Amino acid sequence: MTTKLFGEPVRRREDGRLITGRGRYLDDIGHDALAVAFVRSPHAHARVTDIDVDAALDVEGLVAVYTYEDLLGPMAEPLPVLIPHPQLTAPRTGYPLVRDVVHHMGEAVVMVVATDRYVAEDACDRITVSYEQLPVVVGVDAAREARHAVHEDVPDNVAARHHQETGDVEAALAASAHTLAFTQYIERSACMPMEGKGVHAAWDPADSSLRVYTSTQASTSVRAAIAAKLQLSLEKVEVVAPDVGGGFGVKIVHPWPEELLVPMAAIALQRPVKWTEDRREHFISSAHERQQRQEIRVGYDDDGRLTALDVRIWHDNGAYTPYGIIVPIVTATQLVGPYVVPTYRVRVDSVYTNTVIVTPYRGAGRPQGCYAMERTMDRIAQERGLDRAEVRARNLIQPDQFPYDHHLTFQDGRPVIYDSGDYPGLLDKLTALVGWSGVEERRAEATARGKLLGIGMAMYVEGTGPGPYEGGHVQVLGSGKVLVSTGLTSQGQGHETAFAQIVAHELGVPIEDVEVTTGDTRRFGYAVGTFASRAAVMSGNAIALAARGVKEKALRIAGEALEVDPSDLEIDEGLVQVKGTPGISIPLRTVAVLSNPLRYAFDEAAKQATQFAGPGDDSKPPVAAGDAPGLEHVDYYSPVRSTFASGAHAAVVEIDTLTWEIDVVQYAVVHDCGTIVNPMIVEGQVHGGVAQGVGGALYERMAYDADGQLQNASFMDFLMPYASEVPDIDIDHQQTPSPLNPLGLKGAGEAGVIPGTAAIASAIEDATGRRIAAMPISPTELYDLVRDDAAGRVAPRRTGAMA
Amino acid sequence: MKPAPFGYADPRTLAEALEVLGREGEGAKVLAGGQSLLPLLSMRLAAPTTLVDINRVAGLDSIESGPDGVRVGALVRHARLLDDAAAAGVQPLLARATASVAHPAIRNRGTTVGSIAHADPSGEMTAVLALTGGSVTVATPAGRSAVGWQDFFVGPLETSVHGPAVVVDAFFPALAQRSGTAFAELSRRRGDYAVCGAGAVVTLDADRRVSAARTAYISVGLVPQVHDLTEAVAGRPVDTVDWAAAGALARTLVDPDTDLHASADYRRLLVGVLTERTLAAAALEATGRTP
Repeated sequence: MTTKLFGEPVRRREDGRLITGRGRYLDDIGHDALAVAFVRSPHAHARVTDIDVDAALDVEGLVAVYTYEDLLGPMAEPLPVLIPHPQLTAPRTGYPLVRDVVHHMGEAVVMVVATDRYVAEDACDRITVSYEQLPVVVGVDAAREARHAVHEDVPDNVAARHHQETGDVEAALAASAHTLAFTQYIERSACMPMEGKGVHAAWDPADSSLRVYTSTQASTSVRAAIAAKLQLSLEKVEVVAPDVGGGFGVKIVHPWPEELLVPMAAIALQRPVKWTEDRREHFISSAHERQQRQEIRVGYDDDGRLTALDVRIWHDNGAYTPYGIIVPIVTATQLVGPYVVPTYRVRVDSVYTNTVIVTPYRGAGRPQGCYAMERTMDRIAQERGLDRAEVRARNLIQPDQFPYDHHLTFQDGRPVIYDSGDYPGLLDKLTALVGWSGVEERRAEATARGKLLGIGMAMYVEGTGPGPYEGGHVQVLGSGKVLVSTGLTSQGQGHETAFAQIVAHELGVPIEDVEVTTGDTRRFGYAVGTFASRAAVMSGNAIALAARGVKEKALRIAGEALEVDPSDLEIDEGLVQVKGTPGISIPLRTVAVLSNPLRYAFDEAAKQATQFAGPGDDSKPPVAAGDAPGLEHVDYYSPVRSTFASGAHAAVVEIDTLTWEIDVVQYAVVHDCGTIVNPMIVEGQVHGGVAQGVGGALYERMAYDADGQLQNASFMDFLMPYASEVPDIDIDHQQTPSPLNPLGLKGAGEAGVIPGTAAIASAIEDATGRRIAAMPISPTELYDLVRDDAAGRVAPRRTGAMA
Repeated sequence: MKPAPFGYADPRTLAEALEVLGREGEGAKVLAGGQSLLPLLSMRLAAPTTLVDINRVAGLDSIESGPDGVRVGALVRHARLLDDAAAAGVQPLLARATASVAHPAIRNRGTTVGSIAHADPSGEMTAVLALTGGSVTVATPAGRSAVGWQDFFVGPLETSVHGPAVVVDAFFPALAQRSGTAFAELSRRRGDYAVCGAGAVVTLDADRRVSAARTAYISVGLVPQVHDLTEAVAGRPVDTVDWAAAGALARTLVDPDTDLHASADYRRLLVGVLTERTLAAAALEATGRTP
């Protein structure tokens, strides 16, 4: 048998290259390209009254200056609303360069092209834009109040009212033995990939063709957008995602203005042009996520079982809605988590503010939904005097209830039907892993040291791997090399390794022979993109199907060559052989040569496939009708609906009673993403997610002031956790394969981040006895909270004592 | 994030450096470790006409430790001072505070004297210079002069030095007999600028009673200040002293600001906590140094 690779912790093959400086990121491309810099609005809401570029014209090295007036045809129209939705009644998008009114600080007003970035910034400094400032709306509450409008023609600031319900929630609440109502907030954070965005475009005038490199999560769709906006024929546009230094969602948004403007300039100037986003630009002109106000009403019985849940959310979507209402939908539908919710209603108002746009950031609305539901579970437990784990256990969907239909509509337009899972199993593993029942002893020990210790948990279900489709191409060359390509892109997830494992396993070849290419429209033209924890599920299955197609063809050709029935053949270590009969075999690379009947012997191996190499069947054409030359196959995977991964996290915090510093001293994760291709990669994904979860809970926020100025637009003041702030993470796996796809996979990319805020909030509340209703929380805020006699207190709690 | 155009000079002697500084006027800036200056340039928050890079100037890279104190040259990196056992023996605060300066990568390039000349009240070494009663040596075309810390720090990022001048060293007086020191800070993330930091010096008399207790803080106030807390603890035997009283006094003496990471109230709280902690630790060390 072939060395078992599928499911093994194969070391990531890309790491050697990436961590020794041999990656090829956007800014590594085209050192002689012209450089772009932008004049960006310093105001959050203002009318542009004048743009004076005269002083910049003297700057030596200046090549071109563009304003909105220079945009032609489709470029002068608003950017696309990528995901229209009937409930998105007032969608608004910006222009590639500001037309008249700026809607958030950081919007690009003028594009400067110069011989290098230094000169381009010098020219930007000399351009004077005059503004008439307009009233500014910051934060969900101001948006909701609507004393001012972000968009003149949307006076209530409401872009969309998303609404789903599964029954008469008012009646169900009225009939509930107990009810609770509360309001809570969650703040903004952002993806913050190590590499910002960036675009390089080169126009070949002789060929009238354009090649664009962009640091994107969706190269095929960027290609289509560029072709449409610049009125080029699709086949004249190539888009390549080179090595991408992280995405986390911000690079699924497209086309970014720069992805259109840079190619536009390259064509106009007939020179390669490049723009590399700097960190400040990333803060003020890419995307953020997460701010919501949540009003929750819940009904439950004496035992703490849910009877009704009514959630009203105000979701800050920033200044524009290019990505539609995906984040609100994900919050609305993923909020229910692993629980039976007999009657559920959710209403999300997606509101405009004069701030950077809000689009998916790893988790994409799920952390907010998890925060709503899990904090509800905590409140029920406190009110009923029950252990928090016990309340959760009583409400979980049971393993025999799958497929479980929540009667909701997911972000892919398909029903929220959980395909498989074992949620009680997750909870059992988690309480064992974290030592839930032993926490009182630890609390006492910590108290003796002057620390308040608390524990919290949160569970989640994550819809992953949404369609519509992905494809895979697998080709065996005469050298024995196996080329694999898929259209979706990679941002460091380990696709080169995981996809190679799948192909090596399916085809029976050494993994060293497999080469994987992603995100290059020259290699694969049809794709959707890398988001929603979908790469392994979508492209993994498509590639597996493609490999199976190659295998079938290889066995057929080998069968003819060996004069045996293909069903008696197997492939192992790149050798096609008769099962159980050593010695009767043909190398797969030879099969690849034979698959392509040749006239010309361009190399030694090719001789075998030429017309005089051996006896042929003169009655048949060299390539049979319906067949094709070459040992390759393209296949697609298109799921009927998303598959649902799940997990449970627990956090133990210690709080210094003198300084109110919050230290996460233990973090436990139980994770179920179905069948695992590579546990090392999955654990890496969980680690990264937890780091971002800790960041979102304790460190990160976008500090906008009332004027819409982002006050912490640098890594000095926007506090992403360092390794020193991320706790050690204990992980346990559970595998309930998905019945929906051939490999049984569920997505793993986002899971780690989802429950962090909820679990840590619960732990802080447990430690301090103070109600935590706004996250993230910092020591200075916790100090304010514990000093505030009016702040809510929670009932004395005792964890572990099962009521 | 690219600097505006600037001139660059890399003199080999101090005289040459001063000459360039004199020629270029107020637009010239001295470049040593660059850990604060270069980000300011890249963000175009500063646009000097010329950088006078003193890294090749001879004679500025020594640490001289003697019975009177430690003299640290302008090109001494934090990392070197951190590892200098002789300096730590003369004035233990140097290594203690330097250990809290950012991360190793920054300590490897950033200079102690540069950090003092930058006069950022969040910089550890500004407080240490003050607490030890130190001074800097300023070289001008007219010669060298010592400037005491009180006269040197004028405001945030502002010193009394103007015109063509290079701060060539900083002098930290030796720790007095029967004295001990401590340094502690709290930051949001390890290595960040402190939300609040404190250095403490406690001196005992021959009977092991507290004779002096002084502190200085970082990220509190506009310029480094030394607070004499002796009155709260004076004359108490070191093993029964109530350091909380000194912490309470300190809280009344400081005037911290609110920023993104901490309220003024919270900083005041931390001043009390860190005062108590550092004084207690300094007293313990002083006890060990008191026969």
